[in-house]
Parts: sequence; structure tokens; C-alpha cells
Amino acid sequence: MLDKISDTLTFECETGNYHTFCPISCVAWLYQKIEDSFFLVVGTKTCGYFLQNALGVMIFAEPRYAMAELEEGDISAQLNDYQELKRLCIQIKKDRNPSVIVWIGTCTTEIIKMDLEGMAPKLETEIGIPIVVARANGLDYAFTQGEDTVLAAIVHRCPDYKVSQKKSFKKEKKDTSLFSFLQLNINKTKNTIQNSQTQSHPPLVLFGSLPSTVSSQLNLELTKQQIEVSGWLPTQRYADLPCLGEDVYVCGVNPFLSRTATTLMRRRKCKLISAPFPIGPDGTRAWIEKICNVFNIKPEGLKERENKVWNGLKEYLDLVRGKSVFFMGDNLLEISLARFLIRCGMIVYEIGIPYMDKRYQAAELNLLQKTCQAMNVPLPRIVEKPDNYNQIQRIRELKPDLAITGMAHANPLEARGISTKWSVEFTFAQIHGFSNARDILELVTRPLRRNQSLHELGWDNLVKLNYNK
Amino acid sequence: MKLAYWMYAGPAHIGTLRVASSFQNVHAIMHAPLGDDYFNVMRSMLERERDFTPVTASIVDRHVLARGSQEKVVENIIRKDKEERPDLILLTPTCTSSILQEDLQNFVNRAAIEAESDVILADVNHYRVNELQAADRTLEQVVKYYLQKANKQGTLDLKKSNHPSANIIGIFTLGFHNQHDCREIRRFLQDLGIEINEIIPEGCSVNNLKNLPRAWFNLVPYREVGLMTAKYLEKEFQMPYITNTPMGIVDTATCIRAIQNLVSTPENPINFEPYIDKQTRFVSQAAWFSRSIDCQNLTGKKAIVFGDGTHAAYMTKILAREMGIRVACAGTYCKHDAHWFKEEVQEYCDEILITDNHTEVGDMIARIEPAAIFGTQMERHIGKRLDIPCGVISAPVHIQNFPLGYRPFLGYEGANQIADLVYNSFTLGMEDHLLEIFGGHDTKEVITKSLSTDSDLTWNQEGLNELNKIPGFVRGKIKRNTEKFARENSITEITVEVMYAAKEAINS
Repeated sequence: MLDKISDTLTFECETGNYHTFCPISCVAWLYQKIEDSFFLVVGTKTCGYFLQNALGVMIFAEPRYAMAELEEGDISAQLNDYQELKRLCIQIKKDRNPSVIVWIGTCTTEIIKMDLEGMAPKLETEIGIPIVVARANGLDYAFTQGEDTVLAAIVHRCPDYKVSQKKSFKKEKKDTSLFSFLQLNINKTKNTIQNSQTQSHPPLVLFGSLPSTVSSQLNLELTKQQIEVSGWLPTQRYADLPCLGEDVYVCGVNPFLSRTATTLMRRRKCKLISAPFPIGPDGTRAWIEKICNVFNIKPEGLKERENKVWNGLKEYLDLVRGKSVFFMGDNLLEISLARFLIRCGMIVYEIGIPYMDKRYQAAELNLLQKTCQAMNVPLPRIVEKPDNYNQIQRIRELKPDLAITGMAHANPLEARGISTKWSVEFTFAQIHGFSNARDILELVTRPLRRNQSLHELGWDNLVKLNYNK
Repeated sequence: MKLAYWMYAGPAHIGTLRVASSFQNVHAIMHAPLGDDYFNVMRSMLERERDFTPVTASIVDRHVLARGSQEKVVENIIRKDKEERPDLILLTPTCTSSILQEDLQNFVNRAAIEAESDVILADVNHYRVNELQAADRTLEQVVKYYLQKANKQGTLDLKKSNHPSANIIGIFTLGFHNQHDCREIRRFLQDLGIEINEIIPEGCSVNNLKNLPRAWFNLVPYREVGLMTAKYLEKEFQMPYITNTPMGIVDTATCIRAIQNLVSTPENPINFEPYIDKQTRFVSQAAWFSRSIDCQNLTGKKAIVFGDGTHAAYMTKILAREMGIRVACAGTYCKHDAHWFKEEVQEYCDEILITDNHTEVGDMIARIEPAAIFGTQMERHIGKRLDIPCGVISAPVHIQNFPLGYRPFLGYEGANQIADLVYNSFTLGMEDHLLEIFGGHDTKEVITKSLSTDSDLTWNQEGLNELNKIPGFVRGKIKRNTEKFARENSITEITVEVMYAAKEAINS
């Protein structure tokens, strides 16, 4: 397999029988990101059971999400959906008073064709709280794509950007009291890092939900290049959503946000900067360079910055160099992670991925290709909609040093002597920007380090032979 | 529609999958959208399974919605038949597929023609039954299928075994301490000279189900799962069954006596009494423990029990009858079995709560303020917030409730384990006294808000300080009494004087 070096990327597509999280899991991180939101998942016990088990302890911390659990009467339309949702939303308003309620549509609401989009505006005016509808269901999407549907829905709620706003925006910095009624802008200035020399470029809005420390790190990296980020989608508070319009440039920070990107371009006429994603020092540098490039700014000190990060990673790189990886695929971060790991000196056999938007990820795919050439390794096969059963046969054959996989397969693979890393952790860990490259490698090397220390014991295979299938 | 954050029992298909994946060489195919195969994660993580969970999904996606899923389901069944060569493939409907109302039975019939394995459709209605009911139903369905098949083929073994023997019905994957309980039951049946015929479904091959009627009787350790199967076997093969859960010293004896009645004949009388006596008084430590002076401190302490029917009912009886603890409230989320539960516990507790709403349970706990809770993981978290210790006695559970060490809840060793759990949950005796005498050693800030009520009362600093001096385990009660007194007397700010006035009012 290794002797064939092809120089074009090949895409395969399998049966789609793979394990991943349901996209409604996005409520887990989004409710924490958007602090004044409430997520209402309109679905069945199955959805509730998934959330309850997948989110573990979080459920006990009075989360700002809940199930609107559909009962038999709802399915057979004996009950009036509108009245039922109204009752629940009034209760939510009373108990939590959120600034926005996000309805998450599920498989069931799709199949019974519950008109959430139709009901939301009516109910919104009736109860006086914005209601955003996102159809994050397992019929159409996988895991992180849930966030994509939510953000794409929120795009419509962002205020309009007008050229005149830019002026008032600047003035308002000098005299906040005079413009204090412009609640929106004031909050925005709090979010961005102020720099007297900036704003020689059009406004830039970044999209993708990141922990606030990570987003301020990325803000800071851009500020160093004289680029000011005028807003993020989503924001910490629903009321602070960034302004969008024809003059606004947007750039994604995560590879699974293709719907949001499309919506930003088509519905809000924003200009999309297609860049590799800021995952790994190589990705972060390429991401910043691309943004600078679009704004005609010459990036400064980036190469040195990148090299410094790589030097700091030396102990990890020694561990991973020459080791092989197999991505089973479940969260769409796979291409970026594979690209980074190849740059770290690893060999990637296969990149499984639920869904591949070749246009949105074009720059990332391009960087992957270049990285493979630079490192002189064969291009990995990219498998869309993988088939887990077939993948396990391939893993058996290839015996990779590390399989990045979901929790359903991790323990059985470990018992068969294959080191694994749970892919879900990459979704929840801080992996963006220069400073978090270490965290990615910490995750990747953890099974390698652990198994190194256990290796001498000689207990690599822990399944009985007759069960070994 | 119901606003819900948490549920005690999972959806129906989870029950079906638990039964299916407990059998050997049975594969379940879920008719479900992407992401519904979360069961595999639970089994792999909680049970720390080394083998791949024999569950795959036949994915329902947009194309399926447009075209129907017949081809896909049939293809997936046949494919799995070739790949894994299972004895049985169980097609499992989910909430999604039950709305689609496709004729799954027809797909099963078509696939069965080509597949070498048996193929059946799990007969559970997602909107009517929960996880436990579905598991019960699926187990019966599989047993029935194979007994009828054997009957047709003439391979049914109706001859009773030479020695007294039993089937143990209802041990399965992701069950609360099921593996340990099973080992413990085997052990005492062995002591009694009773052979184990079959244990179902855990580790059992469907090809062995035809041997079930060979046993003299069936033992159903948990009420929730296995009872339907036992009833079916009684009806078809006149096999008696025992539903006395051998949990706690008294009920283990009851269970053993029930076995004695079944295996004892006039020609061959059997007396298990000496065994019961020896185990109770000398082998197990639980009976001696409840008599020892250490356990005196537990007398009259208030506890709350909540869990599935079996565990909550038997735990209530153990606490009240064997340890002298006052059970202020016993409850279960098994609403479908409420009648049985009430019958079992009404003599042993002050009140009974039947609900599957965790906020009701939380409010009840906040109101009663027991010294300890025995419940599920949910109650453990409620206890954490209210600063009340909790012993976990029932599913739903977390990974820490799948211990590697030997921790049965049933039989004589189970009684030991429960005694430890109860004792460790309460504040230790001497510590208790010292706290009371010296005003407590915890320096935590007093929380004046409880789970249930939004208090309109404020405590002034002196009052708070005074409240802080009260030992933690009674603080809640004093706080509640004081607030009640203040409310009755329309006092809005609570001072030290109000506290004392309240104390006097209650004592008088």
C-alpha cells in the first residue's frame, strides 16, 4: 500500500454505516458558548437518552437545555403542536428568561413534518423571545454538523452592516457616552482587541464556536498582523451578534461549517475567505497568511512564530515520527488533523470523514496535498461516508500504530492490541491556534505513551481467540 | 409534549438491544437514523466490553424517506448474515421507524428466505413501553420463538433433569451489578445442591433455549426483566417460578424456602433450614452487624429509597426490618409495576412515591431532609447539592457502578455488601456525637436556598453564623423549621432571636 505514491487526492464513498454522535449533541457546547440561550430539543425519548448519556455529568448542572419530549398524542396529531410548544416555551421563559430559544428539530419532527420554521415567528411575537430553528437531525447530518445548522440559522438574525456604521463605530470609541444607546456596538468593542492602527481593511467576522480563551488567542494573532476582528459568530451573548453585509469578509475556523459559509455568502452577501483551518501551527500560519493576503497585508513574523511552536513540540514529535494513523471518521475535523499529523511526521493510512465539502475545504485539501509532497509521503485515501465494518477489516490488515475512532470501537480495538484515541475528545479539547498545538499532540500521544509503559508486560492482546472476530 | 431533562428508564429499543447483545452470537440491526447507535458506546464504555457490540444500524436517511427502506434493510440483514454468521438476527425498530410505519415484518420475512440465520422482528412499541418493559418482552419473544421452533422440529427436551435444577432468567448486559449477582446466585444454588440448567440471556446461545424445560423451576431475580418469560414457561410447560429476590438476609431465606418447597417431595424431603441458619448467623456478617453496638447509632435515622421496583422495594425492607432505620419515603420509577411496589413496601415506610420525574424526587428529598439517600445516580447528584450522603442501589448508573471487584447485591455476600454500603453512607457513629458536642467541624458556607422552594426570606449575618454552628447533618432541618416559623409569623428577616423563638415554638 505504501509503495504507491499518487499525487492527486482520491475520494471514495462507502455505505455510510458508521458510528457517530447525533448532531443534537451540539447543544452541549453551544449552550455553554451562548450564555443567554436556551436549547429546546424537540424529539423523542431516544434523543433525550442520547443527550443524557453522552453529556454525562453536565446534565446535573442545571443545563440550559431540555427536551420537548414528543408523546404518542403529538405524533398522531391529537395534540396541537403550536399550543404544546407555546406552553413549554412560556415555562422556559418563566424559569430561565433566556434571550433566545433555539429549537432543535430532530428526525421525528422531520418525519412527521412538524412545521417548526412556520411556528417559530408566530410564537416569537407572541412570547417576545427570539426563536431560532435549527434542524440538526440524524437523517441529514453527523455530529459537529449540528453546530453548522445552528450557526446557519443564527446568520439570519445578525444585524445588517452598513458602511456608515463603520464611521459611527470609530467615533463611538472616542465618546461612548454619546452613543450609549447603540448597545450593540459597545458590546462589540468589548469583544475585540482595540488597536489604534487597525481598520485599514474591511470588517472581518469569524465564524465557528470556540471557547472564549481560544477565540481571544486567535483575535490576538490577527491583531499582531494589524487585522481587527469585528465580530464572531456565535458570540458569548445572543444580543451581541456581529453585523453582516455585502462589505463584510467572513472566515471559518472549523472544517464542518459549510452550510454556515454558504448561508453567509448567499443570504448575507458576505465575502468568504477560503483558508485552511487554524488547527496545528502549520494550519494557523496558513490561515493567517490567507486572511492577510486577502486584505493585502504582508504578514510579519509568522514563519518565526511557527518554527518556535514546532521547536516547543520536539518531545512529542519524537514520539509520533514514523508512526501510522487511521482515522475512522466521525467529526469532520479529520482532514485538518491528518494534515497536521502528516506534518508532524506521521503516516496517515486512511481519512474517514462523514461528509466532504470539497469547495469549503478546498484550501485545506490543497494544504494537505502540499504537506504530503513536502514530507514525501503518499496521499492518504479519503473515505466519505465510511463503513465501519470494512474499516475494521482494513485496520486489522494495516495494523496502524493509532486508530482515531469513536467510543463504540475504542475498547474492542484496544483489546485487540490496536492503540486508539477517542475522536470525540478532539471536538471538546482546545485545538485551534499556535498555542494549542501542544494539546492536539498531548491527545494523540497519550495512548502511545500509556501503551509504551504497559508494553513490557506483554498483554497486548486481551481477547479469547474463539471470540476474536 | 413534556419538558424533560433526565429520564430514569431509557427508550424501548435500548431494552431490546440489551437482551439481544447479551445472548451469544445474536446480532441486532436497528432501523434507525445516524447517531442512534449510541447503545454501542454505552456497552463498550460502561461494561468495558472487549468485543464489538453486535449491534449495527440500518441507517434511515433522506433517501430512505423518499424510497422506503425495504431494500436497504433486507440487504443489511443478508450482509450481516454473511459477515458474522450469527444464529439470530433481531431487527429492532426505533422511535423513528415506528413513525414511518413501514412493514418491517415483511422485510424480515423476505430476508429470512435468503439468510441462513434466523431473523425476527422485535415486537415492541416505542411509545408505549420503556427500556425495562421492552427487555422483558424481547426476552419472552426470543424464548418463545426457539421453543416453538424446537417443538416443530421435534427437538424439544421435555424430560426433567435427574437432579433438581434451575434456570436463572433476567441476567443481562448493562444491568445493575448483574454479573456479580449471577455469580452469587450460582454459588448458593450450588450450596443447596441445585444444578444450573440455563442462565438467560447473558452468555446463552439461542440453540440452548430448547433445554429450558429440563429445569425443575425458574428463578427470576429481578422483577423488571424475566417475569414474562417465566409466566410463559409456566403456561406452556407447567414450570413453577420463584420471584422472591434473594436480597437481604430475610428475603434470601424466603427465596431459599421457596426453592425448598419446589424441590422437596414426600419421597425425598429436603430441609434447607440448617443451611439458612448457618449462613445467617455465622457465614454472613450482616445479621451480626445489625446487632452489633455500632449499628445502634443508625436506629431511627431517616432514609429515603428510590430506584427500580426490585431494588427499591427490597432495600426498603432491609433498612426498615434488618437495620432499624426509618424509611421516610420509598419510591420507584417503574410506574407500570406500581401496584406490586406499594404492596411490598407499605408496611415499611412512611410514604410512597411513584414517579419518573426526577424533579419530584428532588423536591421530596429536599422536603424530608433524610440523613441518607439510597437511590440512582440522579439521587446521588441531588444528595451532593443538598449535602446528603447517597448510596447507589439501582440503575440508571454511571461507570463507577460497574465495579471490577466482586460486589453482588443478592444472596448472603450481597447482604454484607449492602451492610457496608448503608453503614458508610451515614455519618459514622462516634463522629456523629463529636460533631454534635463541638458544633461541627465543617467550615463550608451555609446555603440558605433549597432545591424545591424559592425562599423569600433573608438570613442576616448573625443568623447565618449561628446556623453555621449547627452540625451539617441537622442543619437543613433546623433551617427549614426556622423558615417555616418565620413564614407563619410573617417575619422576613431571620435573626438569631428568630431562630431561638422557632426552636422554642417547636419544642413547646
